[in-house]
Amino acid sequence: MTDESRPAFSAPEMNGAHPDAIARALPENIAVKCPNCRELLLARDLEKNLKVCQKCGHHFRLTAPERIAMLLDPDSFSEFANGLLSSDPLRFVARSGSYADKLVSEREKTGLEDAVVTGVGSIEGLKLVLAVMDFRFIGGSMGSVVGEKLTRAIEHATADRLPLVIASASGGARQQEGTLSLMQMAKTSAALSRLADAGVVFVSLLTDPTTAGVSASFAFLGDVILAEPGALVGFAGPRVIEQMMHQRLPKDVNTAEFVLKHGMIDGISHRRELRSTLARLLRLHGSGAPRAAQ
Amino acid sequence: MAYDLEFERPLADIEKRMAHLQRRGDRMRSDERAQLAELQRELERKTKEIYSSLTPWQRVQVARFRDRPYTNDYVKRMCDDAFELRGDRRYADDRAIQGYVASIGDQTVVLIGHQKGRDLKERQECNFGMAHPEGYRKALRLFRYAERFHMPVVALIDTTGAYPGLGDEERGISQAIAENLLVMAGLRTPIVCIVIGEGGSGGALGIGVGDRVLMLENAVYTVAAPEAAASIIWRDNAFAPDAAQAMKITAPELLELGVVDDIIPEPLGGAHRDYDEAAANVKAAILRELATLQALPVEILLDNRYQRFRVIGLQGITQAVGATKK
Repeated sequence: MTDESRPAFSAPEMNGAHPDAIARALPENIAVKCPNCRELLLARDLEKNLKVCQKCGHHFRLTAPERIAMLLDPDSFSEFANGLLSSDPLRFVARSGSYADKLVSEREKTGLEDAVVTGVGSIEGLKLVLAVMDFRFIGGSMGSVVGEKLTRAIEHATADRLPLVIASASGGARQQEGTLSLMQMAKTSAALSRLADAGVVFVSLLTDPTTAGVSASFAFLGDVILAEPGALVGFAGPRVIEQMMHQRLPKDVNTAEFVLKHGMIDGISHRRELRSTLARLLRLHGSGAPRAAQ
Repeated sequence: MAYDLEFERPLADIEKRMAHLQRRGDRMRSDERAQLAELQRELERKTKEIYSSLTPWQRVQVARFRDRPYTNDYVKRMCDDAFELRGDRRYADDRAIQGYVASIGDQTVVLIGHQKGRDLKERQECNFGMAHPEGYRKALRLFRYAERFHMPVVALIDTTGAYPGLGDEERGISQAIAENLLVMAGLRTPIVCIVIGEGGSGGALGIGVGDRVLMLENAVYTVAAPEAAASIIWRDNAFAPDAAQAMKITAPELLELGVVDDIIPEPLGGAHRDYDEAAANVKAAILRELATLQALPVEILLDNRYQRFRVIGLQGITQAVGATKK
């Protein structure tokens, strides 16, 4: 997004160079190395392929604006609950610096106000409330702003009887807001309890990564839960589990495939099919159909 | 009970001097008797001094202290009768979360609590209070039980956190906790939650959504263990005391932030000094809260509960100038 303002440049000589060296030498907006299969991918091609590796199918993380553009009908998105900023309620300072400064630099880096974007939009003409998390903003962590925006999105869906889709991408609760962050798990879940009472469908989309306080609250409360292939999904990170259990873990632990196998989610959807999958679900739940007579 | 906590060393010294005198028994001279009485007063004074100015990290030590009263110590002292309800009816009986249908004063309640275990054998059985999905699913069964029989729920929270094991992931620890949050939010009976020791993250919150959330004076309630937060943010878990300070985890701080509603006083020198007094204080708080909550029509109760959590964190948010409000 901000890359457009970068000056043009010519690619350096790369005859005979090791692919890793080439990847390092090339700025990210020209070429990217797939972290899974190590294939060197042209950024332009990767963008066209919805940021999925053409060779191995690895799903790169998306920013919230990219995710919204990919999921929704063009120009259908109308943001709400924007303009909410964390005021650093604990006045949190660590050795590496203050949370207040971190918030400012994260806002500059991402162009976002916090780690979630909320609004209404449509998929194949079917209206919905959409909330999308962005892992770039302090690991997509949930503090008071994320909790509040998600709660408003859930309440909006409840009040207007619009289907709700939340795309998670988060390492969990935000440590810098302490127990206030923990309480956002309760707050969002309480709002979802009312959405469920109202009989409005909630589709939870787990993207890489969805763990800890986010997985242990709203993300696993979907009526339908879908995940992207290969996404890290789970309560604890694999390294924490290994430390706790003193054993090496199988490679697929806490992936989308692992939670599907263990009955925790309904399906894995390739990014290419996400839009049509969501549209099918919304249609099955009666979206777009004329309201039944009272 | 010995003074084993690091910051209690001055108390241990006084006690040692007292013990020295006491060994003389009947042979004690009258000036020694006076000295002993003076030491006793000094011990109290010093205990008050130390315990009235504990740092957050010291409170963590008290909250985790091996002699601190656990759920079953309270059950024994607070309940005239307590019948244990075991098992999640799906897979196992997790000893890290135990539940009872019990009488407290004139109330019949469903009491659920983390149990860390006292001796090594019990600790292993209880997995040191770190519950598996089955613990949360047993709690879920008991929430429904309480609702069915119009009994209030009392939840005693005391855990380092839910257990991060492979089997827990396979059996859906995230889902188990998440479902409890949703069900507790809408449960049509009063819920009183009390952090009696360690309120560790999602593992604590998994039985921690209620109409009233109270904390014992020296309990702590954290989004992540101070050691874990230190290793994430300070990149070194030796900074746990700094993390404990920065994260605002003590009862007075959390009362101020609106995370908890009230603080239950502990006996002088911590709950572990006098189980009976600690239990009496907790029992009185439970009966007081239930009396208020039971007077409310259930719809009002649920609205209040929703609002209680709905507003947490709002004080930490500012509205950017010029942004659309909705």
